[in-house]
Amino acid sequence: MARDTAGRPSRAVRHRAALAVFLVPFGALFTLFYVIPIGYAVYQSLLTVEREGTFGPAVQVFGGLTQYIAVFQNELFWNSIGRVLLFGVVQVPIMLGLALILALLLDSPLVRGSRFFRLAFFAPYAVPSVIAAIMWGFLYSPNLSPFTGVTQAVDFLSADAVLWSIANVVTWVYVGYNMLIIYSALLAIPQELYEAARLDGAGQLRIALSIKIPLVVPALVLTGIFSIIGTLQLLAEPQVFQSFTSAVTSTFTPNLTIYSTASVPNISLAAAMSVVLALATFVLSFTVLKLTQRRTAR
Amino acid sequence: MTATTASRASRTARRPAPARNGGIRESAVSRTIAMAVMVVATLYFLTPIWWLLVASTKTRADFTTTAPLWFADFALFDNLAALFDYRNAVFLRWLANSALYAGVGALFATLIAAMAGYAIAKYSFRGRETLFNVILGGVLVPATALALPLFLLFSQIGATNTIWAVFLPSLVSPFGVYLSRIYAAASVPDEIIEAARIDGAGEVRTFFTVATRMMAPALVTIFLFQFVAIWNNFFLPLIMLRDESLFPVTLGLYVWNTQVSQIPDIRALVIIGSLLSIIPLIITFLGLQRFWQSGLASGGLK
Repeated sequence: MARDTAGRPSRAVRHRAALAVFLVPFGALFTLFYVIPIGYAVYQSLLTVEREGTFGPAVQVFGGLTQYIAVFQNELFWNSIGRVLLFGVVQVPIMLGLALILALLLDSPLVRGSRFFRLAFFAPYAVPSVIAAIMWGFLYSPNLSPFTGVTQAVDFLSADAVLWSIANVVTWVYVGYNMLIIYSALLAIPQELYEAARLDGAGQLRIALSIKIPLVVPALVLTGIFSIIGTLQLLAEPQVFQSFTSAVTSTFTPNLTIYSTASVPNISLAAAMSVVLALATFVLSFTVLKLTQRRTAR
Repeated sequence: MTATTASRASRTARRPAPARNGGIRESAVSRTIAMAVMVVATLYFLTPIWWLLVASTKTRADFTTTAPLWFADFALFDNLAALFDYRNAVFLRWLANSALYAGVGALFATLIAAMAGYAIAKYSFRGRETLFNVILGGVLVPATALALPLFLLFSQIGATNTIWAVFLPSLVSPFGVYLSRIYAAASVPDEIIEAARIDGAGEVRTFFTVATRMMAPALVTIFLFQFVAIWNNFFLPLIMLRDESLFPVTLGLYVWNTQVSQIPDIRALVIIGSLLSIIPLIITFLGLQRFWQSGLASGGLK
């Protein structure tokens, strides 16, 4: 072992030992609970069940892409993907737009008591999705809601409306969180940038549009990507809403479809669906990242 | 207080008086509009929580017959007693489980992620960027995509329906590594690490005594967001756990909520239980806000 003049292990050796202490715990857990499960899902998705004759025991055999063909032919699965994509196209811009407007107002000199508002808007983030869905389930109810005047006129839990009722629950929980991320980006903008604009007589709106918004685009991209991931994963809210309305089917979102397919049990098909969903999520968030990077670079 | 307050103070000081030519009139109108938006938003965000608070204090009869947004006979303590009485205080058990999964889990997850992030920021070694990119890829993997394969793997070793099946997977926070790396690179100067080395402190000791202190805002942020992620986690416990006594509070309340149509009395328990399940999170966030707000400011945005 290499040693320095004081007889201690040399720096390189000490560094290597320290690196092991720092990296091995995370590396091991990441491998066990991220890498191996992903690999196992892929492996599982390549299997298929075969029986010898009608009454023979079921055996798992290698089936190649059989399950993936089944996934691509599974209309219910694609309907559920289409449903959450529609959800995302509408809900993510509304949520981020609200978050941006509130963050800009908090950052402007127009609002007093911004500390209180910041915490008030953020509070719903402390409510777990399951609990938020239960609460809003009561608020939507035609009989128990504080707003029965509205909920008796409009059926928020009908087949047509329930997707947007769920969108409202998700928006309610996450606007404040996204607002804080954008607000933090606004705080990081140097004040000097505003001074020239002010000397030119630019109002707050003008400053917001031409200085602040372009500078918080990276924060918007980040929140956008996390929102897309969240949308495709939608599970807790619709699962809870099944107790309030029959309009939420067991194949309402991709994750519900996977869950009900796995409980059939058709594990290999469910695993193939998981892989497809994870890939779709990955591709979508990656595309958003690249598109916005190109635009900001221009 | 910390940097947030300081920077805010200096910003207000530097903020010049309203511009000439009609600036004051414009800002009176804009001020009113801005405050109106704020008030409407506050009502939207806080009314559901207010409703939950009020509903938790009502008797079963008052819940359906009195105004939902104002108090009637104050039965909060009766409701609490009923909640804790139900099925041998199973609800307290769920709260304790959630505290274990989320509290202890987030603590270890933070430590493990911080060590990895610090090492990637402060040491150069072969494959460093590759490792970091793989971990970043992990941030983009949806947690629910892992739940099913995790269940299959745990069932192979007969470990589903145990504490470990929920606890161990929640120790991994790729986002925590990402945040720690960025924060360590920006806030732990190499000179200080070098000085500690000259003083003869070991590498690991330097991390625990010197670096963690400078990374504190990032560590609190990672802890909080991991805490929330585990506390809110639903799919993994739903898939893994059959035994009611292992449930976290979200899964327990979900199961109760599905039983409301058969056992109408349970509705009151769902409501008071929901209130109790969000109080720890709100207290934690309020108590630690000066840390996570500055951590958020430095972290997510590079």
